[in-house]
Amino acid sequence: MSGAPFAAALLDPGRPLPVEITSHTARHPERRFAVYRNNVTASLIEALRARFPATEQIVGEDFFAATARDFVRAHPPRSPLLMRYGDGFPAFLEHFPPAAGMPWLADVARLEAARTRAYHAADAVPLGPSDFAAIDPATLGTLRVALHPSAAIVRSPFPVVTIWAMNSGTAALGPVDFDTPEDALVLRPHLDVTVTRLPPGAAAFLAALRADAAIADAAVAALADDAGFDPTAALALLIGSGLATAVTPAPEASP
Amino acid sequence: MTTKPALAAVLATSFAAALSLAAAPAAAQGSDKEKCYGVALKGQNDCAAGPGTTCAGTSKVDYQGNAWKYVAKGTCTTMKTPKGMGSLSAKAG
Repeated sequence: MSGAPFAAALLDPGRPLPVEITSHTARHPERRFAVYRNNVTASLIEALRARFPATEQIVGEDFFAATARDFVRAHPPRSPLLMRYGDGFPAFLEHFPPAAGMPWLADVARLEAARTRAYHAADAVPLGPSDFAAIDPATLGTLRVALHPSAAIVRSPFPVVTIWAMNSGTAALGPVDFDTPEDALVLRPHLDVTVTRLPPGAAAFLAALRADAAIADAAVAALADDAGFDPTAALALLIGSGLATAVTPAPEASP
Repeated sequence: MTTKPALAAVLATSFAAALSLAAAPAAAQGSDKEKCYGVALKGQNDCAAGPGTTCAGTSKVDYQGNAWKYVAKGTCTTMKTPKGMGSLSAKAG
Protein backbone atom coordinates (compact mmCIF):
# COMPACT_ATOMS: atom_id res chain seq x y z
CA MET A 1 0.00 0.00 0.00
CA SER A 2 1.33 3.39 -0.93
CA GLY A 3 1.62 5.90 1.91
CA ALA A 4 1.08 9.09 -0.09
CA PRO A 5 -2.69 8.84 -0.77
CA PHE A 6 -3.23 7.65 2.78
CA ALA A 7 -1.31 10.62 4.20
CA ALA A 8 -3.11 13.07 1.90
CA ALA A 9 -6.52 11.76 2.95
CA LEU A 10 -5.43 11.94 6.56
CA LEU A 11 -4.89 15.71 6.35
CA ASP A 12 -7.71 16.61 3.98
CA PRO A 13 -11.27 15.61 4.91
CA GLY A 14 -12.33 16.58 1.39
CA ARG A 15 -10.57 13.56 -0.04
CA PRO A 16 -12.23 10.19 -0.33
CA LEU A 17 -11.36 7.32 1.96
CA PRO A 18 -8.24 5.55 0.69
CA VAL A 19 -9.42 2.41 -1.11
CA GLU A 20 -7.13 0.15 0.90
CA ILE A 21 -8.87 0.95 4.18
CA THR A 22 -11.02 -1.90 5.42
CA SER A 23 -12.83 -2.68 8.62
CA HIS A 24 -14.06 -5.97 10.00
CA THR A 25 -17.21 -4.32 11.34
CA ALA A 26 -18.27 -2.08 8.51
CA ARG A 27 -18.21 -2.19 4.75
CA HIS A 28 -17.34 1.52 4.57
CA PRO A 29 -15.09 2.49 7.50
CA GLU A 30 -15.33 6.26 6.94
CA ARG A 31 -16.18 6.94 10.54
CA ARG A 32 -13.23 4.99 11.88
CA PHE A 33 -10.89 6.74 9.50
CA ALA A 34 -12.34 10.07 10.60
CA VAL A 35 -11.51 9.27 14.22
CA TYR A 36 -7.93 8.53 13.28
CA ARG A 37 -7.72 11.63 11.12
CA ASN A 38 -9.07 13.77 13.90
CA ASN A 39 -6.57 12.43 16.42
CA VAL A 40 -3.65 13.03 14.07
CA THR A 41 -4.60 16.67 13.55
CA ALA A 42 -5.56 17.28 17.18
CA SER A 43 -2.27 15.84 18.47
CA LEU A 44 -0.23 17.97 16.08
CA ILE A 45 -2.12 21.12 17.05
CA GLU A 46 -1.47 20.15 20.68
CA ALA A 47 2.26 19.79 19.93
CA LEU A 48 2.28 23.33 18.51
CA ARG A 49 0.38 24.67 21.51
CA ALA A 50 2.97 23.10 23.82
CA ARG A 51 5.82 24.63 21.86
CA PHE A 52 4.37 28.11 21.25
CA PRO A 53 2.47 29.05 24.44
CA ALA A 54 3.31 32.77 24.29
CA THR A 55 2.19 32.96 20.66
CA GLU A 56 -1.11 31.38 21.67
CA GLN A 57 -1.43 33.80 24.56
CA ILE A 58 -0.99 36.73 22.18
CA VAL A 59 -3.56 35.71 19.56
CA GLY A 60 -5.97 33.76 21.74
CA GLU A 61 -7.03 30.10 21.65
CA ASP A 62 -9.35 30.22 18.65
CA PHE A 63 -6.97 32.12 16.41
CA PHE A 64 -4.09 29.85 17.40
CA ALA A 65 -6.00 26.61 16.88
CA ALA A 66 -7.27 27.72 13.47
CA THR A 67 -3.78 28.86 12.45
CA ALA A 68 -2.14 25.70 13.76
CA ARG A 69 -4.65 23.59 11.81
CA ASP A 70 -3.76 25.44 8.61
CA PHE A 71 -0.07 24.88 9.32
CA VAL A 72 -0.54 21.17 10.08
CA ARG A 73 -2.31 20.63 6.79
CA ALA A 74 0.25 22.58 4.78
CA HIS A 75 3.29 21.24 6.64
CA PRO A 76 2.74 17.78 8.09
CA PRO A 77 5.63 16.41 10.18
CA ARG A 78 8.62 14.98 8.33
CA SER A 79 10.13 13.44 11.44
CA PRO A 80 8.61 11.24 14.16
CA LEU A 81 10.22 13.55 16.75
CA LEU A 82 7.30 15.78 17.75
CA MET A 83 9.54 17.97 19.90
CA ARG A 84 10.97 19.40 16.68
CA TYR A 85 7.64 19.80 14.96
CA GLY A 86 6.90 23.43 14.17
CA ASP A 87 10.38 24.64 13.19
CA GLY A 88 8.66 26.13 10.13
CA PHE A 89 5.77 27.65 12.10
CA PRO A 90 7.40 31.11 12.56
CA ALA A 91 7.99 31.47 8.80
CA PHE A 92 4.41 30.33 8.20
CA LEU A 93 3.14 33.05 10.55
CA GLU A 94 5.19 35.65 8.72
CA HIS A 95 3.20 35.05 5.54
CA PHE A 96 -0.13 34.25 7.17
CA PRO A 97 -2.56 36.99 6.06
CA PRO A 98 -4.70 37.02 9.23
CA ALA A 99 -1.52 37.78 11.25
CA ALA A 100 -0.44 40.65 8.99
CA GLY A 101 -1.44 43.20 11.64
CA MET A 102 1.07 41.62 14.05
CA PRO A 103 4.35 41.68 12.11
CA TRP A 104 6.28 40.90 15.32
CA LEU A 105 4.40 37.65 15.97
CA ALA A 106 6.72 35.50 13.85
CA ASP A 107 9.76 36.66 15.83
CA VAL A 108 8.07 35.78 19.12
CA ALA A 109 7.44 32.31 17.67
CA ARG A 110 11.11 32.17 16.57
CA LEU A 111 12.15 32.86 20.14
CA GLU A 112 9.86 30.11 21.42
CA ALA A 113 11.16 27.62 18.84
CA ALA A 114 14.73 28.49 19.87
CA ARG A 115 13.86 27.81 23.52
CA THR A 116 12.64 24.29 22.75
CA ARG A 117 15.71 23.57 20.64
CA ALA A 118 17.92 24.80 23.50
CA TYR A 119 15.99 22.59 25.91
CA HIS A 120 16.78 19.51 23.82
CA ALA A 121 20.33 20.55 22.84
CA ALA A 122 23.37 18.57 23.93
CA ASP A 123 24.66 19.11 27.46
CA ALA A 124 28.03 20.79 27.92
CA VAL A 125 29.87 22.10 30.95
CA PRO A 126 30.18 25.90 30.62
CA LEU A 127 33.30 27.84 31.60
CA GLY A 128 32.94 30.01 34.68
CA PRO A 129 34.63 33.22 35.90
CA SER A 130 37.59 31.33 37.39
CA ASP A 131 38.39 29.79 34.00
CA PHE A 132 38.47 33.25 32.44
CA ALA A 133 40.53 34.70 35.28
CA ALA A 134 43.35 32.35 34.26
CA ILE A 135 43.60 33.96 30.80
CA ASP A 136 46.43 36.40 30.06
CA PRO A 137 44.58 39.64 29.08
CA ALA A 138 47.28 40.46 26.52
CA THR A 139 46.38 37.39 24.44
CA LEU A 140 42.62 37.82 24.79
CA GLY A 141 42.02 39.28 21.34
CA THR A 142 43.60 36.31 19.56
CA LEU A 143 41.53 33.67 21.33
CA ARG A 144 38.67 31.66 19.86
CA VAL A 145 35.61 30.82 21.92
CA ALA A 146 33.46 27.72 21.56
CA LEU A 147 29.86 28.60 22.36
CA HIS A 148 27.53 26.28 24.24
CA PRO A 149 25.60 23.87 21.95
CA SER A 150 22.30 25.23 23.25
CA ALA A 151 23.13 28.88 22.45
CA ALA A 152 20.90 30.58 19.89
CA ILE A 153 20.51 34.22 18.93
CA VAL A 154 17.22 35.69 17.76
CA ARG A 155 17.52 39.17 16.25
CA SER A 156 14.39 41.20 15.72
CA PRO A 157 13.41 44.70 14.58
CA PHE A 158 10.70 44.40 17.25
CA PRO A 159 10.90 44.16 21.07
CA VAL A 160 10.75 40.37 20.91
CA VAL A 161 12.13 39.70 24.40
CA THR A 162 9.72 42.14 26.05
CA ILE A 163 6.71 40.73 24.18
CA TRP A 164 7.73 37.15 24.96
CA ALA A 165 8.34 37.95 28.63
CA MET A 166 4.91 39.58 28.96
CA ASN A 167 3.24 36.53 27.49
CA SER A 168 5.13 33.86 29.38
CA GLY A 169 4.39 35.17 32.84
CA THR A 170 7.84 36.68 33.47
CA ALA A 171 6.86 40.33 33.04
CA ALA A 172 3.69 42.30 33.63
CA LEU A 173 1.45 42.78 30.63
CA GLY A 174 1.20 46.34 29.35
CA PRO A 175 1.52 48.59 26.31
CA VAL A 176 4.62 47.93 24.21
CA ASP A 177 6.66 50.25 22.03
CA PHE A 178 6.76 48.10 18.94
CA ASP A 179 9.48 50.21 17.31
CA THR A 180 12.25 49.08 19.69
CA PRO A 181 14.49 46.38 18.20
CA GLU A 182 15.67 43.65 20.56
CA ASP A 183 18.12 40.77 20.22
CA ALA A 184 17.68 37.67 22.36
CA LEU A 185 20.17 35.11 23.57
CA VAL A 186 18.60 31.73 24.29
CA LEU A 187 20.78 29.43 26.37
CA ARG A 188 20.60 26.36 28.57
CA PRO A 189 23.92 26.38 30.47
CA HIS A 190 22.64 23.86 33.03
CA LEU A 191 19.07 22.57 33.41
CA ASP A 192 17.00 25.67 32.73
CA VAL A 193 16.55 27.53 29.48
CA THR A 194 17.27 31.24 29.86
CA VAL A 195 16.32 34.15 27.62
CA THR A 196 18.52 37.23 27.87
CA ARG A 197 18.10 40.51 26.07
CA LEU A 198 21.43 41.27 24.41
CA PRO A 199 23.11 44.69 24.59
CA PRO A 200 23.76 46.56 21.28
CA GLY A 201 26.12 44.74 18.92
CA ALA A 202 26.43 41.68 21.14
CA ALA A 203 24.44 39.55 18.70
CA ALA A 204 26.98 40.29 15.95
CA PHE A 205 29.83 39.65 18.40
CA LEU A 206 28.46 36.21 19.30
CA ALA A 207 27.66 35.35 15.68
CA ALA A 208 31.28 36.11 14.74
CA LEU A 209 32.58 34.01 17.62
CA ARG A 210 30.36 31.16 16.50
CA ALA A 211 31.88 31.49 13.00
CA ASP A 212 35.28 30.89 14.69
CA ALA A 213 36.48 34.50 14.61
CA ALA A 214 39.04 35.58 17.18
CA ILE A 215 37.70 37.79 19.98
CA ALA A 216 39.34 40.95 18.52
CA ASP A 217 37.86 40.30 15.07
CA ALA A 218 34.46 39.60 16.61
CA ALA A 219 34.67 42.94 18.44
CA VAL A 220 35.43 44.71 15.15
CA ALA A 221 32.41 43.02 13.55
CA ALA A 222 30.24 44.03 16.50
CA LEU A 223 31.34 47.67 16.26
CA ALA A 224 30.54 47.64 12.54
CA ASP A 225 27.09 46.25 13.36
CA ASP A 226 26.36 48.77 16.11
CA ALA A 227 28.58 51.70 17.12
CA GLY A 228 27.14 51.38 20.61
CA PHE A 229 28.81 48.01 21.13
CA ASP A 230 30.30 47.80 24.62
CA PRO A 231 33.10 45.21 24.84
CA THR A 232 32.90 45.13 28.64
CA ALA A 233 29.21 44.18 28.61
CA ALA A 234 29.80 41.54 25.93
CA LEU A 235 32.76 40.00 27.76
CA ALA A 236 30.87 40.06 31.06
CA LEU A 237 28.09 38.13 29.33
CA LEU A 238 30.61 35.63 27.99
CA ILE A 239 32.17 35.18 31.44
CA GLY A 240 29.07 35.21 33.58
CA SER A 241 26.28 33.54 31.62
CA GLY A 242 27.73 30.08 30.94
CA LEU A 243 27.80 30.82 27.24
CA ALA A 244 31.37 29.59 26.58
CA THR A 245 32.48 25.98 26.78
CA ALA A 246 36.09 26.36 25.63
CA VAL A 247 38.63 29.10 24.90
CA THR A 248 41.46 28.16 22.58
CA PRO A 249 44.46 29.98 21.13
CA ALA A 250 44.59 30.92 17.46
CA PRO A 251 45.29 27.81 15.37
CA GLU A 252 48.10 29.45 13.38
CA ALA A 253 49.91 30.84 16.43
CA SER A 254 53.64 30.20 16.06
CA PRO A 255 56.14 30.14 18.91
CA MET B 1 45.42 45.96 10.95
CA THR B 2 47.24 49.00 12.42
CA THR B 3 44.43 49.37 14.91
CA LYS B 4 45.13 45.97 16.42
CA PRO B 5 47.41 47.10 19.27
CA ALA B 6 44.90 49.78 20.29
CA LEU B 7 42.06 47.32 20.10
CA ALA B 8 44.04 44.79 22.13
CA ALA B 9 44.53 47.41 24.83
CA VAL B 10 40.82 48.24 24.86
CA LEU B 11 39.97 44.56 25.07
CA ALA B 12 42.41 43.97 27.93
CA THR B 13 40.87 46.83 29.89
CA SER B 14 37.34 45.64 29.14
CA PHE B 15 38.31 42.11 30.08
CA ALA B 16 39.57 43.23 33.49
CA ALA B 17 36.34 45.17 34.06
CA ALA B 18 34.23 42.25 32.88
CA LEU B 19 36.05 39.85 35.19
CA SER B 20 35.42 42.08 38.17
CA LEU B 21 31.76 42.33 37.17
CA ALA B 22 31.50 38.55 37.11
CA ALA B 23 33.47 38.27 40.36
CA ALA B 24 31.01 40.52 42.21
CA PRO B 25 28.13 38.08 42.54
CA ALA B 26 25.65 40.48 44.11
CA ALA B 27 26.01 43.13 41.45
CA ALA B 28 26.19 40.69 38.56
CA GLN B 29 23.14 38.78 39.68
CA GLY B 30 21.25 41.97 40.29
CA SER B 31 21.74 43.13 36.74
CA ASP B 32 21.13 39.66 35.34
CA LYS B 33 17.83 39.37 37.13
CA GLU B 34 16.42 42.27 35.21
CA LYS B 35 17.28 40.93 31.82
CA CYS B 36 17.31 37.24 32.33
CA TYR B 37 14.20 35.13 32.35
CA GLY B 38 14.97 31.58 33.36
CA VAL B 39 11.91 29.46 32.83
CA ALA B 40 12.04 25.72 32.89
CA LEU B 41 10.03 24.07 30.18
CA LYS B 42 7.44 21.56 31.18
CA GLY B 43 8.00 18.03 30.03
CA GLN B 44 6.98 17.73 26.41
CA ASN B 45 6.40 14.04 26.31
CA ASP B 46 2.65 14.10 25.99
CA CYS B 47 1.73 11.12 23.94
CA ALA B 48 -0.63 11.32 21.04
CA ALA B 49 -3.50 10.41 23.33
CA GLY B 50 -2.96 13.53 25.40
CA PRO B 51 -5.27 16.48 25.88
CA GLY B 52 -7.05 17.64 22.76
CA THR B 53 -7.39 14.13 21.47
CA THR B 54 -10.87 13.02 20.82
CA CYS B 55 -12.52 9.96 19.51
CA ALA B 56 -15.40 11.83 17.96
CA GLY B 57 -15.72 11.21 14.26
CA THR B 58 -14.99 14.49 12.60
CA SER B 59 -17.04 16.13 9.94
CA LYS B 60 -15.61 18.32 7.23
CA VAL B 61 -16.98 21.39 8.91
CA ASP B 62 -14.70 20.99 11.93
CA TYR B 63 -11.70 21.27 9.71
CA GLN B 64 -12.69 24.33 7.81
CA GLY B 65 -11.26 27.51 9.20
CA ASN B 66 -14.04 29.86 10.12
CA ALA B 67 -13.28 33.50 9.44
CA TRP B 68 -14.24 34.59 12.96
CA LYS B 69 -11.52 32.36 14.39
CA TYR B 70 -8.90 34.49 12.67
CA VAL B 71 -9.67 37.55 14.75
CA ALA B 72 -6.96 37.69 17.40
CA LYS B 73 -8.46 37.99 20.88
CA GLY B 74 -5.43 37.38 23.09
CA THR B 75 -3.07 39.78 24.77
CA CYS B 76 -2.22 41.54 21.50
CA THR B 77 -4.97 44.03 22.21
CA THR B 78 -3.59 44.76 25.70
CA MET B 79 -0.09 45.36 24.34
CA LYS B 80 -1.08 47.80 21.68
CA THR B 81 -0.38 51.49 22.03
CA PRO B 82 -2.37 54.30 20.44
CA LYS B 83 0.33 54.88 17.82
CA GLY B 84 1.98 51.49 17.82
CA MET B 85 2.06 48.77 15.21
CA GLY B 86 0.42 46.50 17.73
CA SER B 87 -2.93 47.69 16.48
CA LEU B 88 -4.70 45.08 14.45
CA SER B 89 -4.81 47.32 11.44
CA ALA B 90 -5.33 44.49 8.96
CA LYS B 91 -8.63 43.15 10.14
CA ALA B 92 -8.99 39.52 9.31
CA GLY B 93 -11.78 38.53 7.03
